[in-house]
Amino acid sequence: MAKKFDKPKMVPVPSHSIIPERDIDKSPILECSHLGIDFGGLRAVDDFNLTIGRTEIAGLIGPNGAGKTTVFNLLTKVYQPTRGTILLDGMDTSGKTTVQINRMGIARTFQNIRLFSNLSVEDNVKIGLHNQEPYSMLSGILRLPNYWRQEKAAHQRALELLSIFDMQDLAGVKAGALPYGAQRRLEIVRALGTNPSLLLLDEPAAGMNPSETAELMENIVKIRDTFQIAILLIEHDMSLVMGICEGICVLNFGQVIAKGTAEEIQNNPEVIKAYLGTHKEA
Amino acid sequence: MKRLSKTSRANGLTYVMVVAAFVILQALSAGGGLSSTLQGQLVPICAYVVMALSLNLTVGILGELSLGHAGFMSVGAFAGTVAAVSLQAALPSAPVRLLVSMIVGAGCAAVAGFLIGIPVLRLNGDYLAIVTLAFGEIIKSIVNNLYIGMDGVGLHVSFLKNTMTLGEGGRMILNGPMGIPGIQKISTFTAGFLLILVALIIIFNLVNSRAGRAIMAIRDNRIAAESVGIGVTKYKMMAFVLSAALAGAAGTLFAQGQTAVIATKFDFNTSILILVFVVLGGLGRMWGSIIAAAALTILPEALRGFATYRMLVYAIVLILVMLATNNPMLKSFFARIIPKRKGASVDG
Repeated sequence: MAKKFDKPKMVPVPSHSIIPERDIDKSPILECSHLGIDFGGLRAVDDFNLTIGRTEIAGLIGPNGAGKTTVFNLLTKVYQPTRGTILLDGMDTSGKTTVQINRMGIARTFQNIRLFSNLSVEDNVKIGLHNQEPYSMLSGILRLPNYWRQEKAAHQRALELLSIFDMQDLAGVKAGALPYGAQRRLEIVRALGTNPSLLLLDEPAAGMNPSETAELMENIVKIRDTFQIAILLIEHDMSLVMGICEGICVLNFGQVIAKGTAEEIQNNPEVIKAYLGTHKEA
Repeated sequence: MKRLSKTSRANGLTYVMVVAAFVILQALSAGGGLSSTLQGQLVPICAYVVMALSLNLTVGILGELSLGHAGFMSVGAFAGTVAAVSLQAALPSAPVRLLVSMIVGAGCAAVAGFLIGIPVLRLNGDYLAIVTLAFGEIIKSIVNNLYIGMDGVGLHVSFLKNTMTLGEGGRMILNGPMGIPGIQKISTFTAGFLLILVALIIIFNLVNSRAGRAIMAIRDNRIAAESVGIGVTKYKMMAFVLSAALAGAAGTLFAQGQTAVIATKFDFNTSILILVFVVLGGLGRMWGSIIAAAALTILPEALRGFATYRMLVYAIVLILVMLATNNPMLKSFFARIIPKRKGASVDG
């Protein structure tokens, strides 16, 4: 299995030349410092610091409205942060667009599923492969040899990626006709198609039953192991978060209230307070 | 769970349909089985079919409503015809001249599409539709006030007739509101048929390629398309310019089949008429556009028997057809007859 999904050779990080003593393998893939965004007078996220290792599975949790999805939108530049910096692989991402961020190596899924629902499952994955199969529009229209070669490779690759979730038999099905759980899985496959170094999953287990969730947990770990990438996930299902996340960050009202391993988080009084509230003494 | 039909099969059927229609009509016309009115309608039908196909690229595949498509037809018609008239001496062979003028027409329309696309494609939905409408009218006004003359030196272009002084043997080609009179009819049914084939090949091959998938991804979900690294503006522009170029070629074909063309022919009504073809035939469904364009171009002629009430009957027929094609009972009836056809987003 590991052979099959071998990641293409790691491209040297441009910052390497600037900081020669930097150890690429040990350096974090993502470093956010003092990240913040205001919507008018509302501080949606403030002073958000997070570091994620190259092959780490990290969790971002917090009560509803804590600003978790806003953090994802900041990382992928759907919103430009008001304050703070995001370093991806040691490179500053300020001023980049969503498209450029994806090419730099961040791929994501969405809380409210955003598939290309009129297109087939295979086409959805191939759209994820968009920047991995470079041929011009002209060679597509004229069906030049390059077109056939790239399309064949894309077809193979799409089926390979779909086989992670055993979905290769659904390749011809319209994406919008898939059941809910399969749509969530397809979003992950599409994101993987862009060859990311950091995968952001926004509530991947939402709407799944316990056995589906357990299967998803295994698959997330499998994806990390085969692709050797970092994964940051938002999730309300604590069995999933506590089960697979190596580092957990808890957000409440836009601010980080706790960071640490599953055990540390579970025993943190701040976290318990945020989720359950405090007992008011009469 | 519905399975997607093999798109290539549906596309193949569309090609077969077009070729079969061409062969049958050619045979009928050779055997004298076609009335002279219908004979005269063949080239305009081909032009409108290509117009419908090209608009379907913008509306059905890119998912943006354009209400100014006749503007690109106009650019193609006048640029192509000016090219054809000025090359009359240099290129005596009519088919070659038609080909060159079509390329000129398509190229000029593509440039117009690019320039209009810069402001227009920043907008979305209804706003985009309204602005394309405005640009369609602007093109009409510009052409309506444009004078082009030719003499030994070359082409002269002016917005004011009285400023143009042509050399000896010079003559006006485009005469402002009078348009271009006395066109040599070099468009043939065969040329129209070939243009339809080229348009189909371009659109089908585009849709089943990387660029086409990117365009449809933008249509289905722009935010998701950006999240997988697709440059939205680039692909929107690509589809829009290609659509304009095809409309330009269709405009040249149309104009070269008339004895005269005037700018007011390509107004808002024409844009809407083409949109009717596309909506009636089904968004993203190319064979639908072809049939709708052909049928609705013939219909007014076929209804001549109703004399004064012709356009009234035309409107009623249109309403009935729209109702019928959207009737769920009829739809499920057709779905049972041709089960494989259903569920595809883009098929022939």
